[in-house]
Amino acid sequence: MAEMKSTRQAYGEYLVELSNKIENLVVLDADLSGATKTNIFAKECPDRHFNVGIAESNLMGMAAGLATTGKIPFASTFAIFGAGRAYEIVRNSICYPKLNVKIALTHSGISVGEDGASHQAIEDITLMRVIPNMTVLCPADAIETRKMMDAAIAIDGPVYIRLGRSDVPVIFDEDYEFEVGKAGLLKTGRDVTIIAVGLMVGPALEAAELLKAEGISAQVINMGSIKPIDVDAIEEAAIKTGAIVTAEEHSIIGGLGGAVAEVLCEVAPVPMERVGIKDIFGQSGKVAPLMEKYGLTAKDIVAAAKKVIERKR
Amino acid sequence: MAFLEETAREIRKDIVKMIGKASSGHPGGSLSSVEILTLLYFEEMNVDEKNPRAEDRDRFVLSKGHAAPLLYATLAAKGFFPKEELQNLRQLGSILQGHPDMNKVPGVDMSTGSLGQGISAATGMALGGKIDKKDYKVYVLLGDGELEEGLVWEAAMAASHYRLNNLIAFVDNNNLQIDGAICDVMSPYPIDAKFEAFGWNVIMVENGHDFDQLRKAIEVAKKSEDKPTVIVCKTIKGKGVSFMENNAGWHGKGPNAEQVLQALAELEA
Repeated sequence: MAEMKSTRQAYGEYLVELSNKIENLVVLDADLSGATKTNIFAKECPDRHFNVGIAESNLMGMAAGLATTGKIPFASTFAIFGAGRAYEIVRNSICYPKLNVKIALTHSGISVGEDGASHQAIEDITLMRVIPNMTVLCPADAIETRKMMDAAIAIDGPVYIRLGRSDVPVIFDEDYEFEVGKAGLLKTGRDVTIIAVGLMVGPALEAAELLKAEGISAQVINMGSIKPIDVDAIEEAAIKTGAIVTAEEHSIIGGLGGAVAEVLCEVAPVPMERVGIKDIFGQSGKVAPLMEKYGLTAKDIVAAAKKVIERKR
Repeated sequence: MAFLEETAREIRKDIVKMIGKASSGHPGGSLSSVEILTLLYFEEMNVDEKNPRAEDRDRFVLSKGHAAPLLYATLAAKGFFPKEELQNLRQLGSILQGHPDMNKVPGVDMSTGSLGQGISAATGMALGGKIDKKDYKVYVLLGDGELEEGLVWEAAMAASHYRLNNLIAFVDNNNLQIDGAICDVMSPYPIDAKFEAFGWNVIMVENGHDFDQLRKAIEVAKKSEDKPTVIVCKTIKGKGVSFMENNAGWHGKGPNAEQVLQALAELEA
């Protein structure tokens, strides 16, 4: 059994490690530091943690101002508030001037669970992805979270890191390498390619095993870098397997599915199916039944894979 | 003193000329804050036009970003970029965008234009100065209509919470916004009591076009020990051009050639 850890927990822990190496790193939160896990950092570095209160717009505006003074601010709250409520501040005060702010938002997707639809961001990838100058990353596990934070710091400009609330299996080992704009080929196959992101990478690997048992050879790609997206990897996969399934814990409109579809249409049109939230709001519930209810399990990916293979003929 | 008045006059003429040439822009709210910016850039602020991003400089954020022509005319007068550039306001390829872009214009400390965001960024800048134990001040100019934006008050709360005495805000209280008088559209009054309640020092300036009054207010603001300061300045929208004064219709349109000539004649007189 793999170790289980949420990406938000990995984020909070790694901020402390980074603080030793990166002197100008500061962290901002909006009264959710216990949930976003920046409280771990606050405890170690109280002078570099700023809780701006329940004011997400000002969270982003102040982060922008701090960046102009040479700080590297990590701004954290829930994805619904950071990408939703504060959207235009992110666009105009952070992305337009290309300021060096890292926006690390937790509680993305329906795996928020019991809090329900008002707190489940299913549109954030779409919203962040369309803003010029923005980089959009979404880690599959705790290790990738750390690698993405390193990569975000290496970029002089805004980065959105999409984090989750629930525990997910640790898939990668310590020597895993992440590069912005590069997809990770996790498993090779011939008949179909599953392109997954975030906590759907685990179910995608599981789906590949289930398909194998039925004699279907599926390859699995982790698309942790949603923007910039790895066009070459998508093209190669399309040419090689002739069918694509995307899997994300996000609306099927404009997120990973949207991004992959844009590339496929232009470079290598092949049949594609999108596993994701089908343009409806979530609801309260435990995580596992929610994932089942909204079609976000390995079984759903298997079904989509079979359907898309059928469409090849 | 005569120097400041002469500089303000030249800045006003440039504002009228550049908005006339562009046939678009915001003359009213640019003309109402001329003395505030003139005093800041030509007397008060520690800035170096040869080194616009100097680490220890004072900062200025134009939170009412639509007064960009005022900022551009002031920066050009100060020598941050050649004055000839002013005629390219709002033209394709120009550094002088409709609203200020910090990456295009030397001397612009923050990109603004969407109201309420400048004061929020200025609060972050002032906090950055505190973290680094720097002495610089962050000046920010707000419109009075802009005070209707909720973000202004989120920032105001944070600025007093973090005791940012290095943050000095001006409110250009010309009493007009696009759709009419601010008290008719959505009154932000009482402005002084609101800022006081948010933990700020409040200084009222009866005549925001009087350098002496503005200078005294800034002197008091700089002595604040643990609070941000707001200087609420009574001003006249469109100040200096008779047909623009106190007229909301001149919030956001360019004068025609004839109107430019009349305005320049009045400003020369």
